[in-house]
Amino acid sequence: MRVSFTVNGSRETVDGVWEGESLLYVLRERMGLPGSKNACEQGECGSCTVYLDGTPVCACLVAAGQAEGRQVRTVEGLADGDGLAPIQEAFIEAGAVQCGFCTPGLLVQAHDLIERSPHPSDAEIREALAGNLCRCTGYEKILDAVRLAAARKAAP
Amino acid sequence: MEFLRPASWEEALAAKAEHPDAAPIQGGTDVMVELNFDMRRPDVLLDLNRVTELGGWDTAEGRLRVGAGVTYTQIIDDLGGPLPGLAQAARTVGSPQIRNRGTVGGNLGAASPAGDGHPPLLAGDAVIEVESLRGVRMIPAPVFYTGVKRSALAPDELIRAFWMAPATGPQYFSKIGTRNAMVIAVCSFAVALHPAERRVGTGIGSAAPTPLRATAAEEFAAAELDWDGPLDETVAREFGRLVAEAAAPIDDVRGTAGYRRHALAVMARRTLTWAWQDHRAGSPGRGAA
Ligand SMILES: Cc1cc2nc3c(=O)[nH]c(=O)nc-3n(C[C@H](O)[C@H](O)[C@H](O)COP(=O)(O)OP(=O)(O)OC[C@H]3O[C@@H](n4cnc5c(N)ncnc54)[C@H](O)[C@@H]3O)c2cc1C
Ligand code: FES
Ligand code: FES
Repeated sequence: MRVSFTVNGSRETVDGVWEGESLLYVLRERMGLPGSKNACEQGECGSCTVYLDGTPVCACLVAAGQAEGRQVRTVEGLADGDGLAPIQEAFIEAGAVQCGFCTPGLLVQAHDLIERSPHPSDAEIREALAGNLCRCTGYEKILDAVRLAAARKAAP
Repeated sequence: MEFLRPASWEEALAAKAEHPDAAPIQGGTDVMVELNFDMRRPDVLLDLNRVTELGGWDTAEGRLRVGAGVTYTQIIDDLGGPLPGLAQAARTVGSPQIRNRGTVGGNLGAASPAGDGHPPLLAGDAVIEVESLRGVRMIPAPVFYTGVKRSALAPDELIRAFWMAPATGPQYFSKIGTRNAMVIAVCSFAVALHPAERRVGTGIGSAAPTPLRATAAEEFAAAELDWDGPLDETVAREFGRLVAEAAAPIDDVRGTAGYRRHALAVMARRTLTWAWQDHRAGSPGRGAA
């Protein structure tokens, strides 16, 4: 089938999509956007997190046809131009990236948290990131990165 | 496979009548896992996301009518006041991403004994509204669940909404799992006080082939509780014992039957105690916060 939706601001159309295919597969394999990662395909790891109409969701659990006509924003669309988004800068500075597999999903989820809650408590950060697994960092530096990004947003 | 995207409830019902084997999909948090892992290959996927009626709620006949497409996040953000027990359960579901997509309608459609929506629906006397081209049926929650992942839904029917009265007393939900997020319940329990009727509602999850009420515990509570006094410790214990007795748990990877029974007795006693403290303090319960 044909599926058409807006991704990172540009309207994209792809043909030959299998009806049972996930949004994640379409993004990675058909639209050339491999930022969102495929690790578990069952909603457990969060590495495929994208915005769907402004709400963070697991792209592996959205049927491609359900995205028809809607707005998708992936990690590739977090920054405005060629530079990095503040949350991306903060991850690098805090040393929150090791192998990097979990990073795209964490960036989208953390981006959403800071947009909704400019002064998140540690409990709020943990709760917001509870669905994003990282096998490398032990999470401490990820928490540092989110605190740093939030503090910078509050006092630029 | 076919992918159908009805734009209205009428179209959705017509599609389901024409394709009774079609798999409805809302949040996809159950359906997509099955598709991704080749556990299910329906001939037709019936996407209900465009049926906007399903995503809202209203009040009729003094009860809330909550659309099958309302997500856990919406329940937490917008319905925690009138439905505190369900909102507490919603907070324990999966992760934020899962709660942003997963719906109570999908929880009912899957009818898993471990579904966290079920115990509060049972404790709060929810009625499930289902519809087909043949008409509407109102199915009380206790008879909606018919077996492991089976419900009273007929092949041509879709779930439209659930009906529940706004809480008139404290409600609590409790769940056992290995961590504070992303866990399928080892077992769970919901309690709802209905002070005007001097009655206590219950719901047990993940400790029998279906979610179920602890009827003997409810009757005991109605007979023994002194609604104007403090909670008698022995009454609370016996309530817990009767809840555990109502369950029919099995041993599985998440826990043993013996552990589940023990945990249920503890959860039932504790949640009744918390609810009673709120009742005595005249406050509607933690879930309303
Ligand atoms: C990582 C992860 C964690 C999870 N954690 C929990 C948890 O903690 N607690 C819990 O209870 N569940 C959990 N789940 C399971 C799932 O999220 C819930 O069951 C959720 O309520 C399903 O809702 P949905 O809208 O996504 O359903 P869908 O996947 O869209 O549908 C679920 C079932 O209902 C049917 N259906 C959907 N809508 C209708 C309708 N209107 N009429 C008739 N049938 C319909 C579908 O055909 C399917 O059989 C988890 C799932 C994942 C992937
Ligand atoms: S790949 Fe989607 S949550 Fe893991
Ligand atoms: S950096 Fe390797 S999984 Fe998180």
